[in-house]
Amino acid sequence: MKNRLSKWRLMSVFAALALVLSGCGEPFLSTLTPAGEVAYQQYDLMILSTVIMVAVIVVVTIIFVLAITRFRRKKGEEDKIPKQVEGSHTLEIVWTVIPIVLLLILAVPTVIMTFDQADVKAMDEEPNEEGVRDALVVNVRASLYWWEFEYPDYGVITSQELVVPTDQKVYFNLIASDVKHSFWIPAAGGKMDTNTDNVNKFWLEFDSEKADEANNLFYGKCAELCGPSHALMDFKVETKSQEDFQAWLNAMQSAEEVAPADTAAAQGQQIFEQSCLSCHAVTPQDGRPEQARLAPNLATFGERSRIAGILDHNEEELKNWIRDPEQYKPGNKMTGTYQELSEEELDQLASYLMSLKVEEK
Amino acid sequence: MSTIAQKRGFASTIWDYLTTVDHKKIAILYLIAGGFFFLLGGIEAMLIRIQLAVPNNDFVSAGFYNELLTMHGTTMIFLAAMPLLLGFMNAIMPLQIGARDVAFPFINALGFWLFFFGGVFLNLSWFLGGAPDAGWTSYASLSLASEGHGIDFYALGLQISGFGTLMGGINFLVTIINMRAPGMTYMRMPLFTWTTFVASALILFAFPPLTASIFMLTFDRMFGANFFNVAAGGNTIIWEHFFWIFGHPEVYILILPAFGIFSEIFATFSRKRLFGYSSMVFATVLIGFLGFMVWAHHMFTVGLGPVANAIFAVATMAIAVPTGIKIFNWLLTIWGGSIKFTVPMIYAVAFIPSFVMGGVTGVMQAAAPADYQYHDSYFIVAHFHYVIVGGVVLALLAGTHFYWPKMFGTMLSEKIGKFTFFFFFVGFHLTFFVQHFLGLMGMPRRVWTFLPGQGLDTGNLVSSVGAAFMAIGVVSLLVNIVITTMKNERVGNDPWGDGRTLEWALPSPAPFYNFKQLPLVRGLDAYWLEKMEGKDTLTPAEPIGDIHMPNPSFVPVVISFGLFVAAFGAMYQVDDKPWAIPVLIIGLAITFGAMLYRSIKDDHGFHIHKEDLMEDDDDNKGVKA
Repeated sequence: MKNRLSKWRLMSVFAALALVLSGCGEPFLSTLTPAGEVAYQQYDLMILSTVIMVAVIVVVTIIFVLAITRFRRKKGEEDKIPKQVEGSHTLEIVWTVIPIVLLLILAVPTVIMTFDQADVKAMDEEPNEEGVRDALVVNVRASLYWWEFEYPDYGVITSQELVVPTDQKVYFNLIASDVKHSFWIPAAGGKMDTNTDNVNKFWLEFDSEKADEANNLFYGKCAELCGPSHALMDFKVETKSQEDFQAWLNAMQSAEEVAPADTAAAQGQQIFEQSCLSCHAVTPQDGRPEQARLAPNLATFGERSRIAGILDHNEEELKNWIRDPEQYKPGNKMTGTYQELSEEELDQLASYLMSLKVEEK
Repeated sequence: MSTIAQKRGFASTIWDYLTTVDHKKIAILYLIAGGFFFLLGGIEAMLIRIQLAVPNNDFVSAGFYNELLTMHGTTMIFLAAMPLLLGFMNAIMPLQIGARDVAFPFINALGFWLFFFGGVFLNLSWFLGGAPDAGWTSYASLSLASEGHGIDFYALGLQISGFGTLMGGINFLVTIINMRAPGMTYMRMPLFTWTTFVASALILFAFPPLTASIFMLTFDRMFGANFFNVAAGGNTIIWEHFFWIFGHPEVYILILPAFGIFSEIFATFSRKRLFGYSSMVFATVLIGFLGFMVWAHHMFTVGLGPVANAIFAVATMAIAVPTGIKIFNWLLTIWGGSIKFTVPMIYAVAFIPSFVMGGVTGVMQAAAPADYQYHDSYFIVAHFHYVIVGGVVLALLAGTHFYWPKMFGTMLSEKIGKFTFFFFFVGFHLTFFVQHFLGLMGMPRRVWTFLPGQGLDTGNLVSSVGAAFMAIGVVSLLVNIVITTMKNERVGNDPWGDGRTLEWALPSPAPFYNFKQLPLVRGLDAYWLEKMEGKDTLTPAEPIGDIHMPNPSFVPVVISFGLFVAAFGAMYQVDDKPWAIPVLIIGLAITFGAMLYRSIKDDHGFHIHKEDLMEDDDDNKGVKA
């Protein structure tokens, strides 16, 4: 029995080793590859708490293993009655005080960080004469099952792919337009809920070196159950250097509706205007109120990395998506809002949509 | 009655159980119904793990998956874990304090039948248009947006079964306060009784918020109220507060009785009195108290602000202290003992490292900024399965083996028991350990599928394999129960040989009046004290006399059935069905009519006469150990 037990222990060591070797997840997604100040702080707190807790586990395990191996009922001692101990005040005090000390060690950084990460005073600063604040503010609006990112100081709106500069704090206003969602970019920091009741505020920061390791594209997730396609409510975060980001903002501000390059695209544009335009906008400056913005802004559609946040970015998948969105995102709000399109119309529409670009024309 | 070996027909046995007010039979009903729902929840869990075994799987549809995850959580918490624990409380607690029954036997039966009809109602949703799909937490914006009747089934089903639980809790409180045998002071009560006491107090204070919030949800969905409708000035965050003011104590309602079961097992199979008994009692009460102070740690990411988050973070950490006290006291109970590794003891021993792992991740989550990462990820899934499976379910399995002889008079096979333990325990760690890392690697919880290429494939496959192991374990337990019942080898009073508390001085199973003479309790572990003085019976506190017993009653079933009927009426009146309002009225009429009948009809019960008890003594001679 004892031999078998030690084999089990060996097995669990190997299992733990295999886990360590399998790494910490993907650099664009994992909280274990922190890519910004908030994520670093949270990672450090995780490590601190893990170290303390592993120490606790080790102590418990040592006492535990000694106890169950040393005090087994042995042959010939079946009638032995052990001493009936009532307890020990000294021991009780020891195992009350030591945990309290350990918890204090954890509590102090916890409280400091809680306040630090909730510090969004910079959002309330007075804007300059052009209406621009020093701090970069992004309004995030979550809807079933897509994300809208508005840069209020610049009058620019985009969807599904958040664009942020590296090495500076980015402040977020978060809200949901239908049911509660939660905004989470694991590699950049913890999540915050997008409530239907109120605007939540927090900030994140993206480290340029770490962003390079992730090819400047992080994955974002919805972290609150919101309906059938909750699992598919992904978004992407594209990181740019501060200069490139400024250039992108300028391009977005001056972007005009794309003129179709060929007849197919021109046909596609016509179809779009009939079937899609009432919900989807195609320029980054969408003046309508948010209640009227019923679907993702498509101004940068041709530059995105995924279709609907999940499918590969090519015309084939785009046509599949338009043919039957329900198959890819069950419960979405697009299904059934437009009449069926012929294959030819789909081709035209796809070529038009793929031509929607702001930066690379 | 119990001693007259009566061969009963099947129908009369059923009738006996439908009308029983005997706490031991109600315990068996809880065990059967809770066991059934446990299997149901287990099947739902297996479907979930099959769906998540590989990326982009389409074994189940997205909508159906949300129904599965909702019903898995709801079933396991409300219809499996709690009823099974209530079953053990019913079976054992009155025996442990030397009582002949609980304080209100009729309400005890009513509590069971309310739970049963509530559970059946909730599960009928599978066949009547779809189960609830907003998670067991049923957050308001999503639950109001959910189409169909799923959430209505959730609200009405939980309301009915919740009434039952609340009655059970009050009943146990009154029983423990009023019905302890002579000499059974509070500080001589076995720890399982103490944890039952504290858990019942938690039920008393935690269930009303749930009742209130479900009431509001019911009225929002079915009767046009706007408590949670933001557009009409309602607020959804209030639901979250209400739910977790109930939901967090609920966790302790589950784990404290589990602690109690393990405390009994550790003392019994180490042949030692519980180390630090009074600090164990103190820790239990403290955990129960602090349990009400920490609900907002489920809401760190809701945006309550840094002040609330910091306060609740520190309060949550504080709970680790009394829990740590318990762990070390158990270790010191084993220390210096004479340990016998029976199946219950193996579970108890395995519980310590498993639960410690679940506990420490709990402290990690108390660090609010780090929790912004853990929250609603698979890390959380791993954590609460470590405490609930590693704590509560291991206790239920241990308790099943430990108390089986006291409830049914037969011993479950130790050999199959070890087999069950091996598969369940290995499967449990295989399933949930890796989920910590899945969460840290960025996998949100409650996702019906995941895309390949995100580094999540291997971990999910491992987890699904583990789930299969757990299933094998559970099936082997069923086999064990069937074989044991078929063999029907009767055992004596103290089949484990090391029983310490009053219940082990009684025949297995105990006679329907429990104690012929109420025992005189002379200290902690009363039966052990007697044994150490060379006696194998308890010191009686009274001469043999007539015993007053309650009559069986069918009224609890009728009251509960009325609410079950009324719930259909309340639900379908939303669809403007012409029969719905009449059904609602008829259902309520049945319930209130049955209550009225119960109130105006005098039922004085009956007496077991002294002479019959004397006779019993002769019959029992062969059985006594």
